[in-house]
Amino acid sequence: MSETLQQLAFYTDAAMIVFAALMVVTLRNIFHCALFLALGFFGIAGIFVMLHAEFLAGVQVMIYVGAIAVLVLFAIMLTRGVTGQDMKQTNKQSPVAGAIALLFVVFLLKLMAGARFATSTVAPVKDSTAFLGQLLVTRYVLPFEVASIVLLMAMVGALLLAKEKEDE
Amino acid sequence: MTTIANYLVNLLHLPGWVSAWFVALMAALVIFGFMMGVVLVLIWLLRKIFGFMQIRLGPMMHGPQGIFQTPADALKLLAKEDVIPDRADKWVFVIAPLVVFVPAYMVYVVIPFGEGSRFIAKDLNIGILYIAAISSMAVIGIIMAGWASENKYSLLGALRGAAQLVSYEVPMALAFMGPVILAGSLSMQSIVKAQTGGFWHWHFLQPWGLGLLGFLLMITAALAETNQVPFDLPEAESELVAGYNTEYSGMKFGLFFMAEFANTFTLCAITTTLFLGGWHSPFPHFLDGGWWSLLWFLGKSGFLVFVFMWIRATYPRVRVDQLMEFAWKGLIPVGLFYLIAVAFFAVVV
Repeated sequence: MSETLQQLAFYTDAAMIVFAALMVVTLRNIFHCALFLALGFFGIAGIFVMLHAEFLAGVQVMIYVGAIAVLVLFAIMLTRGVTGQDMKQTNKQSPVAGAIALLFVVFLLKLMAGARFATSTVAPVKDSTAFLGQLLVTRYVLPFEVASIVLLMAMVGALLLAKEKEDE
Repeated sequence: MTTIANYLVNLLHLPGWVSAWFVALMAALVIFGFMMGVVLVLIWLLRKIFGFMQIRLGPMMHGPQGIFQTPADALKLLAKEDVIPDRADKWVFVIAPLVVFVPAYMVYVVIPFGEGSRFIAKDLNIGILYIAAISSMAVIGIIMAGWASENKYSLLGALRGAAQLVSYEVPMALAFMGPVILAGSLSMQSIVKAQTGGFWHWHFLQPWGLGLLGFLLMITAALAETNQVPFDLPEAESELVAGYNTEYSGMKFGLFFMAEFANTFTLCAITTTLFLGGWHSPFPHFLDGGWWSLLWFLGKSGFLVFVFMWIRATYPRVRVDQLMEFAWKGLIPVGLFYLIAVAFFAVVV
């Protein structure tokens, strides 16, 4: 694929992600917000594909779109109080929050103007999936295991919270 | 197809990338045509096989053995008035069938119908992960349909459907892992190539008969993923009218329907690829390779489709709590055992 097409694909995808993200925080129907959240997650998978990280792209869609977004939608459907209602996404603190956010944007822009984005001259790995798998069980085995223990702890904690209290 | 594309590009002095896009477009159209064909044939087969199993004739009126009944039904669906309920959420209501249909179509990209690159649209190196990821998106479409309809039956059907799909994705992913470990690759063509050399090398028997466990797991999960009896709770007509698609009519309903039948074939094709040797012939050097591979692949997938319909005509529906318990307390422990056992054999033996 030529350079221009690649850029076109990137900007289309980036525009979609930004649009979806804006919709998530501005729309008044919370169900629609959740749907746009899923769209945003999907767009990010597109960025991973463009960076030759196919495995990450697949996992991004499977976990974020297929599991997290579904869970959010589920939670919204089960809470009758909020479905189909218009909700304001702002409260009276919005001017202050907006000002601080604007300040942060200025700060980021200033940083970005001075930053030098290093690009590697090494060609992308042909089969990044196999490479990733190998690294995960050799060089990065400790962080990998720690992450799974954290997840296990979260799971046990969730079970404990959701468990019905017997003597009450 | 590449040759035609190159010829056209040279003839019209077009830039090189046009050729690649032309091939991609043609592949997309061929797959779409194939998918439509499969859906039409499957619906007709379902009716005939159900008829046969219930000792009646099934469709007989249009064409020999009623073969034109499904095209006629499809035309009727196209011509029907497209009703959107007054209180429905219009945008979500309209997009929902597409969100269900498009993943069903996209999965066909990595299905290896035969030997070599001309029978597969694109042999992605994350093949099976791509399938798992793309098909998990359909759940969102089902939730959208149920929610946007503003109908309690639709909502209940969608909740059931989403819960079922999410639960049975886990055992299915565990069943995927066995062949992936044995082949050492996620690519669909590599998984098929790992099963070369006769049916005793196929993954449903490898290693040492353990594959049978994975194969049964896969079949069970596939039945649940396609909402088939005994797991057809999302559309249990005696309880929920028709489930999440109650309010849909015309071609929007048609899209749900097509996605379901297309998914049935896809899952049979995936099972064939992972466990039944894909496009390999059951005996080494016996009509193997070339166009024969296409025949073997379609034959095996077709047989699995028949088994699915057979099960569908035989068993009663399970209860909701039984369904969930079966997935989480039955299939997932079995799947974990299968995964660990296969990994053990792959590393140690």
